[in-house]
Formats: sequence, C-alpha cells, structure tokens
Amino acid sequence: MDKVIVARDLTLAYNKDETIINKARFSIDSGEFVFITGPSGSGKSTLLKSLYGALTPQHGSLIVGGVEMNGIAAKKLNFLRRHIGIVFQDYKLIKEWTIEKNVMLPLIITGYSKDVSETQVDKLLTHVKLKHQAGKYPQELSGGEQQRVAMARALSHNPILILADEPTGNLDDYSSQVIWNLLEGANTQLKTTVLVVTHHIPEHMSVDYKHFNIEHGNIYEVL
Amino acid sequence: MKSFKNHLSLITALITILFTIQVFIVVERSINAYEQNLKNDYSIIVVVNKSLEKKNFLKIDSTIESAEELDPSHVIDTFKDEMKEQNLKLLKLTLPKFYRVRLDHYPTPEEIEKVSKKLLRHPMITRVEDFARNHDVIYKLLLLFKEVSTLFAIAIFAVTTLLILKELRIWQFQHNERMNIMALFGAPLWMRSAVLFRLAIVDAILASLLVNGTFFLAVQYGWLQTQLKAIGITVDIYVLPKDPVILSVVAFVLSILLAMLVIAGSKEDS
Repeated sequence: MDKVIVARDLTLAYNKDETIINKARFSIDSGEFVFITGPSGSGKSTLLKSLYGALTPQHGSLIVGGVEMNGIAAKKLNFLRRHIGIVFQDYKLIKEWTIEKNVMLPLIITGYSKDVSETQVDKLLTHVKLKHQAGKYPQELSGGEQQRVAMARALSHNPILILADEPTGNLDDYSSQVIWNLLEGANTQLKTTVLVVTHHIPEHMSVDYKHFNIEHGNIYEVL
Repeated sequence: MKSFKNHLSLITALITILFTIQVFIVVERSINAYEQNLKNDYSIIVVVNKSLEKKNFLKIDSTIESAEELDPSHVIDTFKDEMKEQNLKLLKLTLPKFYRVRLDHYPTPEEIEKVSKKLLRHPMITRVEDFARNHDVIYKLLLLFKEVSTLFAIAIFAVTTLLILKELRIWQFQHNERMNIMALFGAPLWMRSAVLFRLAIVDAILASLLVNGTFFLAVQYGWLQTQLKAIGITVDIYVLPKDPVILSVVAFVLSILLAMLVIAGSKEDS
C-alpha cells in the first residue's frame, strides 16, 4: 500500500530552545483514517501545520504525498496543497464570498472549467445538505453549517489527503456527528486518507482507524 | 454598498494626493508666470558717453539678454519753450546715451550687484541705475511666496502619506485572511493578489477620472483664471493632455505600489 505520509526523525520547533515534536517516526498509508490525540499544547496542531507546509521541519524528514517537506519550494508547496483538503476548527471561510464560491475555491485554484466546478459544487452542497444556502454568506450560517461548507470545500477537488484540525471543537453534538459522518464517508466512499487532530475520539466510529498520541514531544501509536 | 465602502477610503486618499499635485503644479506655474512678469518689468538703466551696440552689452555679462537705446526726445521736448531750435539740436547731440538693459532671468540681489559692477567697469559706461532697493523687496516677497507654497505642499503630502499608510494597514487587515485561506489551498501568489490589483486599478481609474473631471470643469467655468488674471497672471490651470497624463500615471503607480506593498507585507499565518 502507498504511503501518504512518512516521518523519519521529524523534529518540529518554533524556536531553537523549544522543541515541540522530537524525532518522531511514523507513517500513514493511503486510505487510512487516522486520529492524532494529546493534551493541550502537546503539539498536535503543530504536527498538522508541518503536514500542509505552514511549518518547516527543524530536523529529519517529512514526506507528504511523495513530496519532501523539508526545504520545499513555494511552487511545489502550492502544487501539493492542491491535492490536500484542510478543515479547521474556526472554518476559515472567506467572508466576502458566497457559500457556493467558498466551496468552489479549490476548483478555481486547480483550474477546473466553470461548468465542471458548478456541477461539482452543486453535488457537494446537496451532499452536505446546504444547497438551499448556496447564495448566502458564511456569517449568515450557524457554526455547524459553516463547518459543513468547510467540509464540502475540502472534498471539492478530490484530494488524496484530508487534514482536519479539531473539526468539531466548536460544534454541538448533532453538528459534530454530521461532520464525523462526512469524514467517514470521504474515507469509505472516496478512499481519501483522513487525518484528524482531536482531543477526543468519538465513541461510535464506523470505520477502522489508526490512533497516534502525542505526549512530551513524542508520538506513539495507540494499539 | 460594502464594495463601495472598500473602494471609498483608497479613492479618497488618491483624490487628495492627485488634487494636491495638481494644485502644486498650478501654484508653480503661477509663481513662474509671476517671476516672468517681474523679469519682463525689470531692467537696468545704463548711461553711456557714446553709442554702444547690443553685442557690446552682451559681451559684458552672460545674463544680459537685450539692450535698447532710450529715445531722449521727451526729455528734450520739455525744454522746447525755453530754448532755441539750434540749442536743442546741440543738446540732443551732447546728451549722453541711455540704454535699458534686460536680463535673461529675474536676478538675485547678488546678481544685480555683480552685473552693475561689470557694467561700470566698461570704459564707455558712466553710470548704472539698477533699482536694487526696490528689487530687493519684490525678490524677497517672491522667495517667501515660493517657500510658503513648498511648505504647504510638503505638509499636505505628509498628511496624505499618512492617509495612504493607514489605508495600507486596513488593506492588510482586510485581505490578509482571504489571501491566507487561498494559500492553504495552493493558490499561487498572483492569484492570491489578483483581487488587490483589481481593487487598486479600479480605484486609480475612478480617482483620476474624478480629479481630471473636476479640473476640466474648473477650466471650463473659468473662475480661477479670472482670479489670477486680476493679479496680472495668465496661467494654464489644466494643460491637455499633459496634466491628465501626469495625474493618471501618479494614481496608477501609487495604487499599484500600494497593492505590491500589501502583498510584500502579508505573511502566511503559521
């Protein structure tokens, strides 16, 4: 099975004196559903940042989608990001754009035609049950609805990997369940690799998953 | 409405700068026109024993532009009733020659002194009247006017620069989030910045249209020209096509520069 993420002696730090992740070694296969847990400040989000290139490894090697992240050039990073879908706790939707245009963003960046993009956005908004809200702006939607828009955006360009940073952190139980269902659906139906950073793994997961925990800068797999 | 508000602040700053530039251009033209008037009115009177040709005067100093002989008839005419015709003719022959010497620019008091000394060194010239005292007052007034207008322009430029800087920060705040989100999904720099350039170009077009339109109408209406004519200055307030080209280029360069500064200053959130 292809490896989507490979970390060898990966060290992450914001400055020289404070190491967040220390010589981590792990790999994630294509099509896996992975949880990364750990207490607050353990480095979960820092690890995620390194996976989408917002933080450069201090030492070691980190390969994402076959691309070495250490010293990656801006052009190559942009290319890699066009194959990754990201979901954040605070949704990160563009306020000035409609829901429809927000979902279309990765398709515009990737260069899909208008017709293909519109069809794909229509399909996804129907899937997340927000087709009737397509013309609205993010601030007109509830938190749960905004996160469903963010999910639709993350899925729109058929990414090889979905990275989710505490995707249900701001949501009520019902909305959280909807998001977990969407993430599971992406993994089971589209065979997309999903990596979720969270405090708590939901109790009723219908998919097999891998679980890594981070403590004191060390990453280990919970078996 | 929201889009209009986004544009309004930059357009206002651009209009202020363009308006200041055009006003400064008009003030400079007015000062130059006034200086030209002073230059045309100013001359040195030279008394010479015998006739001197213009080329002889030109050789004395490079700033001398022309020298014309003054007709003494009206002086002699005042003695018409008291003197005989023959004596009058004799007086006309023995009278020294008077010349009006003009310079190629409006001189400083030092330049006047220098030219006067050079003229007096000439063996044929017996006397020079340079009206230095009168000139000195006018020259100092002109200098004062020039300095005040420059200070005024600098002050307005400083205020508008602050406006632009404030606008720059607002732009950074408004667009950084959007640019960061686009970057997360792999948008290249040109795509992330496209909205800023579009905004900058549209605002530059609107600002230059408004300012050029205002000055064009001001010229058509003619109120300002009438005021300037009243103080003896005829000046072009708005020269076509030079002035609209200058204003449009300044608007475009400034707003594109603004967009580039915002892009250079924006950092991806990590």
